[in-house]
Amino acid sequence: MAKYLLIESRDPFESNDTAFAYELATGLAGAGNEVTLFLVQNGVLPARNGARADGLLAVMKAGVKVLADDFSLAERGIGNARLRAGITPAPIETVVDHLEQGHKTLWH
Amino acid sequence: MAKTLAFALMDPPYESENLTTAFRLLDAAARRGHTIKVFAYEGAAALAFTRQAPHPNPVHGKNLAEENHPTTKDQVAALLASAEKHGGKVDWVNCGMCVDERGVGEFVEGTRRGSPADFHAFCEAADGVLAIPTK
Repeated sequence: MAKYLLIESRDPFESNDTAFAYELATGLAGAGNEVTLFLVQNGVLPARNGARADGLLAVMKAGVKVLADDFSLAERGIGNARLRAGITPAPIETVVDHLEQGHKTLWH
Repeated sequence: MAKTLAFALMDPPYESENLTTAFRLLDAAARRGHTIKVFAYEGAAALAFTRQAPHPNPVHGKNLAEENHPTTKDQVAALLASAEKHGGKVDWVNCGMCVDERGVGEFVEGTRRGSPADFHAFCEAADGVLAIPTK
């Protein structure tokens, strides 16, 4: 079982490519890998409670741990209380944590 | 324990939020004393270009000091200084062909000219690798 960190920087309302990144996360988790999805920049927008986010919900349902960059959230005025349940704010150091441990880290 | 982390950057200065995130990541790694290897490719080859200059903002009525315009060359220099302060180091390589295409061959001291072969070597030596492509 491999460990993956997928970083999503794009907003699904801006880029259809995010669907592929979500599918990759879901597929890797379904294959038995340990997968974390780190949302950053406009990638945090679907983390808002009430936002239309079918792809992201499927990722969470697949058992992927979903984190949202705290700086990106603050920049966009998204307080923790507005986050969808199951998504946790996290600092950028989280990415360094994964790199240190040699996890496969992909940026989209 | 210090690790070796390799990064590839591709975005040019002043265009993408990717660079803000990239410098935040590099800063976090530098504060932990890691060995950081950066391959600055395509537009990112201009990040360490020394002839970048801050400017005032007459539209907002701000002089040079008030505008306090950040430059990526200063951010690169600050990264190198922070890494050294925390016991790590940075090997920052500017892609030579990319540099020549853009005429940005004057680099921040402590960075160097190189090629994609350097990035290959970086990846082989690193504990962790992250490539941040352009959108």
